[in-house]
Amino acid sequence: MDILYKIFLDPFVQMGTAPDLFVQTLWEGVVGGMLYALIALGFVLIFKASGVFNFAQGIMVVFAALTLVGLYNAGVPAFLALGLTIAVMFALAFAVERIVLRPLINQPDIILFMATFGLTYFLIGFGEFVFGGDPKVMITEQLYLPKGTITYKALGGVVSLQKLDIAAAVIASIMVAGLAVFFSKTRIGRALRAVADSHSAALSVGISLEQIWVIVWFAAGLVALVTGIMWGARSDVSFALDVIALKALPVLILGGLTSIPGAIVGGLIIGVGEKLWEFYWGPLIGGGTDSWFAFVLALVFLLFRPQGLFGERIIERV
Amino acid sequence: MRAAGGPDVAVGDVLLSVENVSLSFGGVRAVSDVSFDIRKGEIRAIIGPNGAGKTSMLNVINGFYQPQEGRITFKGQTRAKMRPHDAAYGGIARTFQNVALFRGMTALDNIMAGRTLKMHASFFWQLLRYGPALREEVEHREHVEEIIDFLKIQEIRRVPVGRLPYGLQKRVELGRALAMEPELLLLDEPMAGMNLEEKEDMSRFVLDVNDHYGTTITLIEHDMGVVMDLSDRVVVLDHGIKIADGTPDEVKRNQAVIGAYLGVAH
Repeated sequence: MDILYKIFLDPFVQMGTAPDLFVQTLWEGVVGGMLYALIALGFVLIFKASGVFNFAQGIMVVFAALTLVGLYNAGVPAFLALGLTIAVMFALAFAVERIVLRPLINQPDIILFMATFGLTYFLIGFGEFVFGGDPKVMITEQLYLPKGTITYKALGGVVSLQKLDIAAAVIASIMVAGLAVFFSKTRIGRALRAVADSHSAALSVGISLEQIWVIVWFAAGLVALVTGIMWGARSDVSFALDVIALKALPVLILGGLTSIPGAIVGGLIIGVGEKLWEFYWGPLIGGGTDSWFAFVLALVFLLFRPQGLFGERIIERV
Repeated sequence: MRAAGGPDVAVGDVLLSVENVSLSFGGVRAVSDVSFDIRKGEIRAIIGPNGAGKTSMLNVINGFYQPQEGRITFKGQTRAKMRPHDAAYGGIARTFQNVALFRGMTALDNIMAGRTLKMHASFFWQLLRYGPALREEVEHREHVEEIIDFLKIQEIRRVPVGRLPYGLQKRVELGRALAMEPELLLLDEPMAGMNLEEKEDMSRFVLDVNDHYGTTITLIEHDMGVVMDLSDRVVVLDHGIKIADGTPDEVKRNQAVIGAYLGVAH
């Protein structure tokens, strides 16, 4: 009975008796989840438009952050470095389309998937070659990102929020809202969705696949840059970051591979779930649940809802 | 406009001509040495038994396939290698045998997608969805609403097309092609899988498009009644070879055509 009490009741009693801690944990979860969501968003953008599962998305985050910091350390002013990094991400999108996607057009998905593995290792090698492999510090101050904490006395205790996290939340929300409008209301957005639905029909109305691929990879590169800045600000910038990028996989399983709202909601669920689980249930089994919780949750989802929360239902007609 | 029989039914100048085109996939010859032309303002049918190379021919015309031999001249310009994008740009629109729509998008968005090449606002303005980009959206939306009225699909404009019945999907697909304001419209079996009433509706739309917009139409169709009623001239393919070309009446009497359709005793 005691163990049942500890699993099913005690955590909720704790949440009720110390609401300040609960809110604090929840907030930490939201912030972590947002970063997962952003990485997943990059995956979804590319998967929707080209059917390619881009394994390199995690590395693109690191690569973007590394380019930004590397340029700054080389003496380029911060905002110019930001502009140049955007240009580098565009050049990367362009090169990927020319060198990787175009020669492999009409090949099976698995070939393209493997090609993104190649891209991953290329970016790691190239990044280390140019900027060095040592961890670097993100230039948050130079980009005028706020610093410090806001502390509220509330809920019978103290809740403290990092200003940087708030800024990250605001910037991420604006970016996602912008992408949503862009996708649903503009010509290029429509063309992107058109390509996602049918290649041949898209070609027949004069949509150029090459152009669309450059645009989605560039969009995914921009998302990667924003993610990289936010993430780099919380730890530091190194290739160790890409391990965390693997957390985007359970997010995708939860949200569905083709859904942008799915990526957001999935990211938040995983982020919040992970933190709450670790804080309230973790002690029962000795902690360290961060590393597996997301994957177990994804496994449960695979059993009951394999298409994800928002994914398209897979119906095979015979 | 439709002349009554006679060899000279052609309405205008040659819009597109196909000369000695051959296409093969590996060792399989899909089209061999086929020549014909399409004249401005006419309805041209391509018919033939299954596997005759009709769809391949259409795919060659709009740049999906590159023929190994032969030339294609469109609007007086002989083209070397042409991609579907260039074909669309030059004014060739098409529909597909098995309806290729953007399934997740609404009927309205599908037809708007047909306006892609007519819209020019830059990436920057589109990101903001303001200024030129917004003006352009509104302007093209008006044109699309006209097409929607023309095809009588007002009630379904907000429905994702994946949920529509087949006949309506075909109509939306026609709408998307019309939104491109094409000079040459290629229809790959526009009435396949339809019931009689739907076929009649679609036939009327095809004739109306031809009359109202003056669009030149090339269609592939299996229903001989439909072909004979609609088309000005018919080209008949069998096993990738052209076996007849002429008015519906001429083709109907052609011995080779009768043989291809009914089989000949060997």
